[in-house]
Amino acid sequence: MIPENIMNEPSWYESSARARINGLLDAGSFSEILGPQDKIMSPHLALFDLPPAFDDGMIIGRGLIDGRPVAVAAQEGQFMGGTFAEVSGAKLVGLLRSVASAAGTSQAVSTVVLLLDTGGVRLQEANAGEMAVSETIRAVLDVRRAGVPVVALIGGRAGAFGGGGLVTACCSHIVISEQGRISVSGPEVIETNKGVEEFDSHDRALVWRITGGRSRVLLGGADSYVKGDISSFRQTAAQARNSAPSLSLETLEREQERLEQRLSSYGDCRDTPEIWTLAGLPTPDKIADLTEDEFISLLAKGGRRHDAR
Amino acid sequence: MMPDNLLSALFPEGHMLSLGAENTFSGRAKSGGREVEVLGISGGTPLGPETAIILAGRVLGIVKSGSKAPIVFLIDTASQRMTRRDEMLGLNEYLAHLAKSIMLAGFEGHRTISVLYGTAAAGALIATALATQTMIAVDGAHPSVMDLPSIARVTKLSLDILTEKAKKTPVFAPGVEPLAATGAVTEIWSLSDGHCNERLSALLADEVTDGADIRDLLGASRGGRKVAAEVAKRVQEAFLQTIVSEKAR
Amino acid sequence: MEKFTIHTQAKAVLRGKSSNAFTGVVASGNLEILFERKDNSLDVTVEVMTASHGYQAVWEAVIKDFVDRTSPGGVHIAIHDNGARPDTVLLRLMQGARLMGAQS
Repeated sequence: MIPENIMNEPSWYESSARARINGLLDAGSFSEILGPQDKIMSPHLALFDLPPAFDDGMIIGRGLIDGRPVAVAAQEGQFMGGTFAEVSGAKLVGLLRSVASAAGTSQAVSTVVLLLDTGGVRLQEANAGEMAVSETIRAVLDVRRAGVPVVALIGGRAGAFGGGGLVTACCSHIVISEQGRISVSGPEVIETNKGVEEFDSHDRALVWRITGGRSRVLLGGADSYVKGDISSFRQTAAQARNSAPSLSLETLEREQERLEQRLSSYGDCRDTPEIWTLAGLPTPDKIADLTEDEFISLLAKGGRRHDAR
Repeated sequence: MMPDNLLSALFPEGHMLSLGAENTFSGRAKSGGREVEVLGISGGTPLGPETAIILAGRVLGIVKSGSKAPIVFLIDTASQRMTRRDEMLGLNEYLAHLAKSIMLAGFEGHRTISVLYGTAAAGALIATALATQTMIAVDGAHPSVMDLPSIARVTKLSLDILTEKAKKTPVFAPGVEPLAATGAVTEIWSLSDGHCNERLSALLADEVTDGADIRDLLGASRGGRKVAAEVAKRVQEAFLQTIVSEKAR
Repeated sequence: MEKFTIHTQAKAVLRGKSSNAFTGVVASGNLEILFERKDNSLDVTVEVMTASHGYQAVWEAVIKDFVDRTSPGGVHIAIHDNGARPDTVLLRLMQGARLMGAQS
């Protein structure tokens, strides 16, 4: 018999997209839009002899977090790698457009929460997926311009790769767990194209040092770090809206400065421990070995918070 | 390296451009009697953090100047640069920052047009050409998400089978025509026909007023993305109905 | 991919009020199932799309077992399968029937 408290505290990484939504939102508050019963499926997978999914791996809708209305979208990383495709992308874009046009009206939501879990563009529908990423970025920026923060939650099996990495960095606030990974080209892609000496994708410790949640939050590529259970994501998502920067020239000028600074400070480094040494962190070689509590207290002391995104 | 043929075809009224670091260039040109800002990337250069931050800095400088001048991006890049070091430094943030800067320019009243005259793939395509309001393909343009051999590897299909499937649908094949069918490329121009300058000044005069992203509608009308626009519209209709049911509860 | 539809009869109409129910994920070794209540008949239709070839007899056996256990009369069941084992299929079917029986 599994103890009740563990059953109720499942890990984000292990959960399905639907389970994440259920744990994130106030109980019973989720209203799905174009759910499985509407059968809006990919028209392209049959050409590749692949089974479709009733929701195309994208679950969208409205709900409440601590009583406040939010819009939520979750990618199912276990179906086709949570990929951006024609239907999955259009569902997300449609949701974001709805939020932007509802801003300031009685139908407005307070926040958009994106549960990204994606390998990037679905190659079987590559062009439609690529356009979906570009349209998503555009729609995310429209939502932010309308004054509604977009919070990305990263901690799923598929990470946030390819176009998903770009979408993540366009959000107002990024919450990540240790298991979360953000990158453009995945380690396997780099290894395939540039050789194992460039990036050994089987070296899991290396993969996490380069792309993983701890490195991302230390370097400023993510804004909040959480333990990997669903309730930690929920708590942080509920607060994140308060520190979200608006999308403006000033914000992007600060981001320009922040990213230039990173390049000039750490541009010659080859691995993250070199960065942590330059940054003056204690135990730069042991970041991965710290317990979650130790890492969180390190962040609280030495974390470089910024709102330049 | 400056794309001289392209520049003389687009800007016969004159241009003053200078080469920058990392195979970038920038400056001003005249089109239809008006001053336009020009910036670009040449030589099929993979897009790394250095190139992205230079281009973004230039765009933000133009926005800050308050000129509201149109911005023309001339693009010959490759894919995003694939190194461990670039990913470690957060290449996703650099590419996203460039996309955001270009889109911000559009929001702030600059007409933004990209002219693709070489390759652009994957994340680099999203961060550059696809971030402008209008994308034009000219001679030599080859946009793609991923090349067919790589798609073959990931999908575990033979290249022959994949090439065969690509004939049936524009939805995954690389190149100008398939991407135009999905709504990515607005127009395809030929440099040799002598009308590129007129076409460009006509586009620049065509102010984008409401700024809505209509590429999915273009993809639907061209048949390359038949369902995206309809699905997005259905979501928007359902979103309003969802609110009604919440209130009723 | 293989597609087939299984028609069968249940002993009773499926209990519960939910008009539809959904469970599972089209992940490797897993499947998704959509239940839809059609009418008050004893008819059961199961539409299967599966990535595994040549297992129709196994599907028929699993569905017979499921129908014997739950009597899902009047229900249309659509399945997208990505190589789930028979015990996983039965588990998901039972989950779906339970969701249909829940108060809506």
